[in-house]
Amino acid sequence: MEGAHALQPPAPTHRGAVLDIPELYQCVHCGLCLTHCPTYRVTALEPESPRGRIHLVRAAAEGRIEPNERFGDHIYLCLMCRACETACPSGVHYGRIAEAARAVLGPPGSPFARAVATFAFTQLFPFPWRLRLVGALLRFYQRSGLRRLVRGVLPQRLRDMELLLPPVPDHFFSPPAGDLPAIGDRRARVGVLSGCVMSLLFGAVNDATVRVLRRNGCEVVIPPGQGCCGALNVHNGETQAAKAMARRNIDAFLAADVDAVIVNAAGCGAAMKEYGTLLRDDPAYAAKADQFAKKVKDASEFLVQLGIVPPAGRVEMVVTYQDPCHLVHGQRVRTQPRKLLEAIPGMQVVEMDGSDRCCGSAGIYNVTHPEMSQELLREKMEAIKHTAAAAVVAPNPGCMLQLQYGSQRFGPPLEVFHLMDLLDRAYETPAAGPPP
Amino acid sequence: METSRDEAMRHHAPLLSELRALLGDAYVLVEKEDVIVYEQDGSIMQVMPEIVVLPADVAQVAAVVHAARRAGVPVVPRGSGTGLAGGAVPAEGGIVVSLARLNRIAEVNLRDRLAVVEPGVINLDVTKAVAKDGFFFAPDPSSQVACSIGGNVANNSGGPHTLAYGVTVNHVLGVEVVLDDGHVLWLGGRVPDTPGYDLTGIFVGSEGTMGIVTKVVVRLMRTRETVRTVLGIFDQMDNACRAVVEITAAGIIPAALEMMDRLTIEAVESGAPVGYPRDAVAVLLVEVEGLREDADRAIAQVQAICTASGAREVRVATTDAERQRLWKGRKGAFGALGAVTPNYYVQDGVVPRSQLPAIMRRIEEISTQYGLRIANVFHAGDGNLHPNILFDMRQPGQLDRVIDAGEAILRACVAVGGSITGEHGIGLEKKAYIGLLFTPADLEAMTRVRRAFDPNGRFNPAKLFPTPISCGEIRREPAKIPAGLWI
Repeated sequence: MEGAHALQPPAPTHRGAVLDIPELYQCVHCGLCLTHCPTYRVTALEPESPRGRIHLVRAAAEGRIEPNERFGDHIYLCLMCRACETACPSGVHYGRIAEAARAVLGPPGSPFARAVATFAFTQLFPFPWRLRLVGALLRFYQRSGLRRLVRGVLPQRLRDMELLLPPVPDHFFSPPAGDLPAIGDRRARVGVLSGCVMSLLFGAVNDATVRVLRRNGCEVVIPPGQGCCGALNVHNGETQAAKAMARRNIDAFLAADVDAVIVNAAGCGAAMKEYGTLLRDDPAYAAKADQFAKKVKDASEFLVQLGIVPPAGRVEMVVTYQDPCHLVHGQRVRTQPRKLLEAIPGMQVVEMDGSDRCCGSAGIYNVTHPEMSQELLREKMEAIKHTAAAAVVAPNPGCMLQLQYGSQRFGPPLEVFHLMDLLDRAYETPAAGPPP
Repeated sequence: METSRDEAMRHHAPLLSELRALLGDAYVLVEKEDVIVYEQDGSIMQVMPEIVVLPADVAQVAAVVHAARRAGVPVVPRGSGTGLAGGAVPAEGGIVVSLARLNRIAEVNLRDRLAVVEPGVINLDVTKAVAKDGFFFAPDPSSQVACSIGGNVANNSGGPHTLAYGVTVNHVLGVEVVLDDGHVLWLGGRVPDTPGYDLTGIFVGSEGTMGIVTKVVVRLMRTRETVRTVLGIFDQMDNACRAVVEITAAGIIPAALEMMDRLTIEAVESGAPVGYPRDAVAVLLVEVEGLREDADRAIAQVQAICTASGAREVRVATTDAERQRLWKGRKGAFGALGAVTPNYYVQDGVVPRSQLPAIMRRIEEISTQYGLRIANVFHAGDGNLHPNILFDMRQPGQLDRVIDAGEAILRACVAVGGSITGEHGIGLEKKAYIGLLFTPADLEAMTRVRRAFDPNGRFNPAKLFPTPISCGEIRREPAKIPAGLWI
């Protein structure tokens, strides 16, 4: 029947049609992003620049090219550091454009790699207890003789990657049940994201974060229904499980009725602040996602906004600060971590050249794109060496792991801290008494 | 089914294998997904390249030119691809040669106040390399964080501070160039005013039509003792233009004198805000440099003139951070237009300063007449206008109206005694209008000079000069567009 045909929407003529998003039309091709992009700086190739990648996505949206493997190579060589967004005079949301392209492409790599990635993103990350199991197995692998055995038979490339595995600590983060009261006057009620990687590998940082918040008058709750934020999924072209994870976190934190949702991992903070975009086509969650996103704050951002209780203990240290990409570019939080460091008596901060340039960690990028990752890491360690600092502060687990590895591989010898580690130390160290 | 592109690639097979042997596979691009990003520069013109190569040094550049010559294909040099007139768009196919990998600063000689740099070096990086020693490279186009020295040479680029210090040609002492016959030779040298013909002067601004620049000797300037910056805020365009005229009439030579209108301010504040007042009709960004006493006196004069001309407020930048913020807004203005429009057509005309009020009124008339928004951001100090016509390419018929409006603006500039380009070059965009300024005899003389360097028309063909050269054709056919060009 004619009427029935007329009601059907026209079939997309090509796979790229779904990429025709409004964000594409803000780019006017001025090129001011080029020299801020780490992959353009290394390759000097236009297709490895933000402008080039946007051009490719637009061409795919118009059907002039197909989103094929070569297209995917360019899209996935991008670190998703979003330094281009900071540089762009037009306010182009590069991150959204790249995520849309990756959603069309699916996870990167060989069929085997894609299968492993898909398994991890849909069967592991959404399930905290499964992650713990993997963590426990990894710990066993590292502490038994198994590791030496395996490394003996691995090819070189996998052996290098295996070195990236961080040492799994004795204890995972065990979120205490119930509300933890503020120490001193109660100034706010906050929820804390315990995070998947943070809980397994940096549980001590989570403990430190909770203590620092409580010392600043926060009543802290770690809602039990929460889970992984889904950032890795979204950055690697998996959106279905990511949306489910987002919904779960939104429900868990909104139910806890908190003033703010505190995040100590930059990647997670950026992802959760963008839940509104992720769920913009979900009528049941779009509004809740926006409401939730407004509450999300990086720990440093929140503490400076609240006004911190000045720590009394001295921590004598010369440190340099690495801006995690998803904190400085993804969330525009640049001055707050520095203010907090400078508030610690005895702390001296030396700025490094290009502190807001990516270290090459970029989620799982150091595994999927080792050459580019290593090149950027080498340059980063060079910049750190010039500061002559004995330690580097980077409030994000991926950066911390990458810098630890960089210190081993390229030098200089360094201690790597999370900001909360040092603040906590300053609060827990007794203040020096009056001189005798 | 073999496409015409596949056919072209088969035809070029011997050339391609020669190029790959010279540069390595990674730096010879032919796949659509690799070359399509080189079809465009900072303008709105697009032509899909056939081959893109990225040589690493002058020897490889010369070898590429040699290979192109033997295959009989054109060569289009490209820096960072930020040009606004289509100069790097491969209008007649051939090989796009990206100079991005020639990015070394080969020498810095502060005593002789020069640096020797490769063409892929970014403009701002030259200043960064010598800033701590108290020097800078004067030509500062808005795109300086991205544009290349090679591109600056090709276009004889300007910038806000060229009002006081002169354009690129005033800061280039010599260039090493690769010509079509394979010669690599130096024009000019390491001192200003080398004897013989001023071939450097001919080359700078030749828009890539004579050869490929592979090294540039740039002149460095000493940083002035003091800089003072103010933002004059006006509620009437006439008053802002009058202030410009009065400032220069008072004998003040500002280091920079820039104007932005309300639409531009709105774009900047929507894209990457810096604190410009959104309700102002026009703002003047004025900067003076010099000895402390001179700068203080001059800026006080500037403030007084602005106020006398009807400024509602004059904001003084009291810290370097404030100054940087004011400039960030101005330098990001073109890109910021993307926040308020999908496309814009950047115009670049010049008028005598005294004609500024008249031309701004005429531009407003043209905007109304053609029903198009026009955002003005420009170097008011030397009458160099950038009326940017905002539009949406996807709307049928808009592009034609835009081109007509653009032509009307250029004609208006010429009518008051001005020119059709201040600094962006003729490129592809304006070659049909070059007849507004030059007679056929002029164009023929210039063509003979070009042929002296490039007898076979190898380098960047279809740029600068209309083809064929005919006074009548130029006037009747605006924007003669080569086949395959997609605007």
